[in-house]
Formats: sequence, structure tokens, C-alpha cells
Amino acid sequence: MSSTLCIVNGSVHDPANRIAGEPRTLFVRDGRIADAVAEPDRTIDARGMVVMPGGVDIHCHIAGPKVNLARKLQPEDHRRDPHPGTRFTRSGSGGIVPSTFATGYRYATLGYTTAMEAAVTPIGARHTLEELHDTPIIDKGFYVLLGNNIFLQQLLRDGRRSEFRQAVAWWINSTKAYTAKLVNPGGDEPWKGRRNSNVSDLDEKNDVFGISPRQIIDAFVEVANDAGFPHPPHIHCNNLGHSGNFRTTLETMKTAGDRRLHVAHIQFHSYAGEPGKNPGSAAREIADYVNAHPNITCDVGQVMFGKSTIMTADAPLAYMLRGIKKAKWINADTECESGCGILPFSYQEKVYVHALQWAIGLELFLMSADPWRIILSTDHPNGGSFQSYPKLIRLLMDRDFRKQEMQRVNRRAIARTTLPDLDREYSLNEIAIITRAGPARALGLRNKGHLGAGADADITIYDDHPDRERMFSAPRYVIKSGHMIIDNHEFCADFSGRMLHIAPEYDASIVDAVRPFFENYYSIEFDNYAVPDSYLHDHEVIPLRPATG
Amino acid sequence: MTLRLELRAAPEVPVEADCITPDRLRQLPIAEIERLPVFYGNRQVPLAEVFTVSGAPGETIQLRGDMSRVKHIGATMSCGQIHIDGHAGAHLGAEMLGGTIVVSGNAGDWVGPEMRGGRIVIRGSAGHLAGSAYRGAAVGMTGGEIIIHGAARNEAGHGMRGGLIAIGGSCGDFAGVNMLAGTVTIFGAAGIRTGAGMKRGTIIAMQPLEVLPTFAYACEYRPSFLPLYLLHLRRLGLPVTDGQLSASYRRWCGDAVELNRGEILSPSI
Repeated sequence: MSSTLCIVNGSVHDPANRIAGEPRTLFVRDGRIADAVAEPDRTIDARGMVVMPGGVDIHCHIAGPKVNLARKLQPEDHRRDPHPGTRFTRSGSGGIVPSTFATGYRYATLGYTTAMEAAVTPIGARHTLEELHDTPIIDKGFYVLLGNNIFLQQLLRDGRRSEFRQAVAWWINSTKAYTAKLVNPGGDEPWKGRRNSNVSDLDEKNDVFGISPRQIIDAFVEVANDAGFPHPPHIHCNNLGHSGNFRTTLETMKTAGDRRLHVAHIQFHSYAGEPGKNPGSAAREIADYVNAHPNITCDVGQVMFGKSTIMTADAPLAYMLRGIKKAKWINADTECESGCGILPFSYQEKVYVHALQWAIGLELFLMSADPWRIILSTDHPNGGSFQSYPKLIRLLMDRDFRKQEMQRVNRRAIARTTLPDLDREYSLNEIAIITRAGPARALGLRNKGHLGAGADADITIYDDHPDRERMFSAPRYVIKSGHMIIDNHEFCADFSGRMLHIAPEYDASIVDAVRPFFENYYSIEFDNYAVPDSYLHDHEVIPLRPATG
Repeated sequence: MTLRLELRAAPEVPVEADCITPDRLRQLPIAEIERLPVFYGNRQVPLAEVFTVSGAPGETIQLRGDMSRVKHIGATMSCGQIHIDGHAGAHLGAEMLGGTIVVSGNAGDWVGPEMRGGRIVIRGSAGHLAGSAYRGAAVGMTGGEIIIHGAARNEAGHGMRGGLIAIGGSCGDFAGVNMLAGTVTIFGAAGIRTGAGMKRGTIIAMQPLEVLPTFAYACEYRPSFLPLYLLHLRRLGLPVTDGQLSASYRRWCGDAVELNRGEILSPSI
């Protein structure tokens, strides 16, 4: 049984409840925030400290077969960063793709208590659930890759929309996923069949099924909105990384109309210029569209200089990058469901494109009119490690630091952006929005991202240090589900977080339609495919939203 | 000023003693050296449980005993000298920056991996992967010298990008695999696939060897740098003959599966 707690004198940032740095007293009972507790077991005096809900990462890659491949690909990276155990926590290895245990602990040491793995093939769901079970402290879930699924594309080609809806619901149920993820929709399957083939326009019909990315996106947006998924389809748009791709991104958002859609790592999709030539910044066009459309949420996918690892279901992209990097890479088979490419990468200050990517990410943050919908992420580990969040927060909060960092990067790239003219500095409250309240709201997690009565007692308490990087690198206290995890900067307990998933209803007859396809084309038996409930351990089914009509 | 460490008894399990470097020990009083942590198997114990410590801390460390199970001696050292009277274990002088290590007996695997400078001399033989890159890394040794008077086993100089490896006896397979630059000199017989995947760099094989089909024969000539190198190696005690000093050498370029700028030289006798 968790003990009762009382936190006094802290400066509380709880934007969802319109509390912006005011002294409040918080009570915790039974793992949740309570209105009052008569005789708390422990009282924490948070004088001079900042109290926030636990951080929520809406888009990262932390578990599953592709993450594990990236670990195996880079022993040289782990060697430099051992993660020793303590009396309470287990050991592991760090680096750009930490081991499961280290991932959980390192999120906790930044004050993050929830993280969503952003791309899992259905066939990798079992492995992912096992790894997430071994990722301590944080609550977690994952998005299941359905945008290049052969069976679903066949249903769309044949115009069988109602069966499509049932099949999507079946797949989400069978994998225990949180929502559908689309990656380069419609493009991977042609690429898998023929070298260098892909789709580049939203209305280009692929030569395998004769359907366009727009049809796929529209179908998923419709299913998720009609069924009331708490988080809409999570989309990695077509043409990631290509010059001029902002038009594709705008078209993708327009396809959703006024229905909800989440655009992942939008920085990678905000490039001006002509295909094949050097990119420029289209942050203004993208930010304007997002600002004007409250149905759209996005995370930035900020690039941070230093080591990264590209890991993506966008196999054509990984293939292109491997031609630039000319070092080790992996292209993994994902049967009938998606693509997969992995390669170690590094972003360098002096390289034009890398500096431009860095600047565009910051532009998007600084042009955001609604911090609730432009969410902090680095697309860990694609743009950089989640361990660089504190530095990113400082870049947003400290204009002088930002200008100083700008001096160190490629001048030509900076000159093609408006970054030098953007003087905005994020407030602590806005940081609480883009790292906590915003992602929790975009995910439809009603009990997270805020500190009102009934919320999960996921709380972080930071020293109010003027160096924000230092402040956000080391919370003094971290409380997860009412359990004290980090006490005065030291781990004092271990904890297994919950799996968060949804369970949309479906018509059981769809199973009979899927089964023959499976038995013809998959390497595993159909009956071994759906993941049983025993893989869930401690979990929570997040309820669907009432139909929006 | 010599610090003497004598192994109390040959350990039954591997011992990790990366604290044994002149950098760490030269400033410390004996009592503190005795308390330094080493791993005995999976247990952390004070150094004095494994070694008796005597002498005076300074630039030179003298080790005595069969240390074939003692790993990481001299790892990351940048100065001073380590003399090992006996055998040395794996990872000897790993990532070493400078200074000298001399082993009177044999050394284990991973002699001087990712070494940056300094000199390691092995009077006996060395194990696999001398002067190589650690697994996953592209770049091995970038500077310094590894002088092995006896034989070496597989993958000597894996990913090497600078410096000199000289092997007095035979060596195993894949010598200089994935080399980027630097020099490997092999006085005995070389195993198969010498220089596989090399981009640049020089491998000198004094005995006839089987060259991979992705290496192209170029010419026979007298490389002017070679007598200088060989005289240096003769001064270090390697078996350089007068014939080798005056011979002309056959040159192969490779590896054509990579950049094709590497070379294998072998005397035409």
C-alpha cells in the first residue's frame, strides 16, 4: 500500500488547472492526488522548488524489435556509458539507445513518468510488451504500425470500408496498442518490391494496390475519430527529410479536415526548396497551419547535435541515408506489415542540413501560438536522445543561450531561417504544457499531465535553478503513482509502471476474413499472432471518447 | 622510484585491475594504493588482497607473477612505465595514450585495443585482436607501437588507423582486417585473408602468403621508407635480416571491395 503524502510550499505549475507557479499544497493518497489528507505519512517542504506533473513523452522509440536491433548494432556506444545498479535499481547500459532498465530509470531522472513507443509492427507487439514490462518506473504504451499493412490496403482497394474499420479495431485489440501509426503510408510496399520505388505525392496511386496515401490517411482518420480513439492516428508523413516536403505535410493535414490528427516529428516535414536540392525552412507555413487548426496536434522531433540513431519504419528513407553515411545499417524484414531501417547517425553543427534542421525545430517551437498542440520531442533517438531534453528546454527558455549556440552552427543555414529574429522565451508554465499537460491532453489521458484531485500522483519537484538545463536534468523528488521513487536526488525504490492501451470493439467475424490471408502469407501461425492478456501485467484500458457525431 | 606489485597467488577467476597505471599510482601513498578497488570475479576487493605492495610510488611499476587472468593492466595510461615479469591478461594497455609497457612472458587477447600512443612490448606471444578496434567501433589503434616478439593470433590490427604493429613470429587469420591506415609487419607466416577489407595502410609480410583475389598485383620495387622502418625494428630486437633490408618487394593493392588504397608488401626472394 502506498503511503500518504503532502507537498507544501512548492511553486506549482499545473496548466491544465490554470495554476501557474502559485504556492499550493498537494495531497496524495492511494496513488492519486487527493483533495485533503488528514495525517499524511510524510510531508515534503518544497520551498524554493517547482512542482509539476510527471513528464509525458508522446513520441519516442524505446522498446521492441527495432530498438533491440539498434542496441545490438552499437556495442561501441554502450561501452562508454555503463549504467550501474543501486540498492534499489537494476543495472544496464546507456548511450543513445539505452537498455530497457536504463531507459526507465533515465526517464525518471528527468522527471518523466510516461512515454509512448511510437512505432511497433503488429508482429513485434509481443516482443515490445515484454520489453515495456522491463522498462521500469514509467507508464507506457505503443502505437501499432498499420499504414503499410498489405491486408488493410487490399480492403481499401476493394472499397470494403466497414471491414477495414473492423480489421483496424481487431489489430489494435490483438496487439494491445494505443492507437494506429502511419509511416510513409502507401510507400513502403512498392519499395519492398522494387528498388528506389516509393510514392512522393499524396494523390499518387501506388503500383501495388492502386491506392493513394490520401485514401489511406483519410480511412484511418475516419476510423479513429468515429470510434473515438483517445489519440487520433499518429502519422509520419510521406517524403520525410526531402526538400519541399512541407507541401505534402500541409496536404496531409488538410486531408484530416476538421477531424483530429497527430503529426509526428513535424520538423522533419517542414522543409522548403526543390526535391534533390538543398532544403530551406518552411516552418512559417507549417506553424501557421497548425496554429489555425485546433484539430491538429504535433510533436516537433527536434534535432540535437551529437549522436543519434535513425530507426524508422520508413525503410526507403533509411536506405537513402545509408548511401550518405556509408557505414553500418540494418534493413529488417517485417513480413506483410511495414518496413524497417536502422542506422547510427550524428548531427553536426557545421553541416548545412543538420544546422537547418536544428533551427527549423526551434522555429516551430517559437512560432507556436498554442503550446498545447506543439509538443516537445526529439523523436528519440532519431533527432537525438531524450536525455537531451533539459538542453532543449534551456534553448527554449534562455534567449541568450540560444544566440550563443547559434554562433556555433553553420551560418548559411541560420541565414535561411528566421531564428535570429525570434526573441520569444518559454515560461516555466509553457514548458509544463509542452512536456506534460499538452501531450497528456493530446493522448486523451485524463489522469495525467495535471495535479487536480483524482489525477495519477505522478509528480516531479525541481530546484528552481536559473540554469534550466541543470534544473531539468535532476529533479530533487520524483513520485510515481504515489510512490516516492527519487528522494533528494537518489533512487529510493523501484517501480513497475502500467501498460496503457485501448480496446475498441469489433465484429468477431473479421477474424475469419483475416485468417486465410495469414495462413497464406505469414511465417507464424495465426493462432500465435494475437497477444494474450497475460502479456499485459499491470495495465489500464483507456476509455474511448464518446462519438463526436 | 619503482613501485612493486607482486601477485599473492594466481587468481582462480578473472581480476580486473584498471587502476594499475603510473597515472593513478605515482602520487598515492602505499596505504592508499592497497585500498584501491579491483574486481575479483564479481566481487570488489582492495588491491592488497590480490597483490603485495612495496617499493616507492613513481613513474615505474614492476609487476611480478602469472597475471594471465589479470585484465586491463595499464588501461588508459599516459606516461611512465609498467614492467611485467610474467604473463599479462587481456586488455593490456587498452586505450593507452603514452608511456611504455613491457611484458616478459605472453599477453592475452586485446593487447592495446584502440591505443592512441606509447609502446607495448611483448617478449612472448600475444592473443587475438592486438591493436584492434573494440567490437562495433570502426577505428582501432591510431598511434603508438605494439612490438610482439613471439606470435600473434587472429585479427591483429583490426580497424587500425595509425601506428605500428610488429609481429616477430607467425600471426593468425585476418591480420589488418578493415585497416584504415598504419603499418603491420609480420616476420613469420601469416594466416588467411590478410588485409581483408582494408581501405589504406601497409601490411609487410616477410614470408610468402596467400593474397586475397580482391588484391591486385602492382609491381616489384624498393620502397624507400622500408629500410628505415626495418632498422628501427632491428634496434627493438626483431629478427630483421640483411636480406630483408636490401630486398626488393612485391606490392599488391587492395582491398578492391573497399577503397583499394591499401598495400601488401612481401620480399621477392
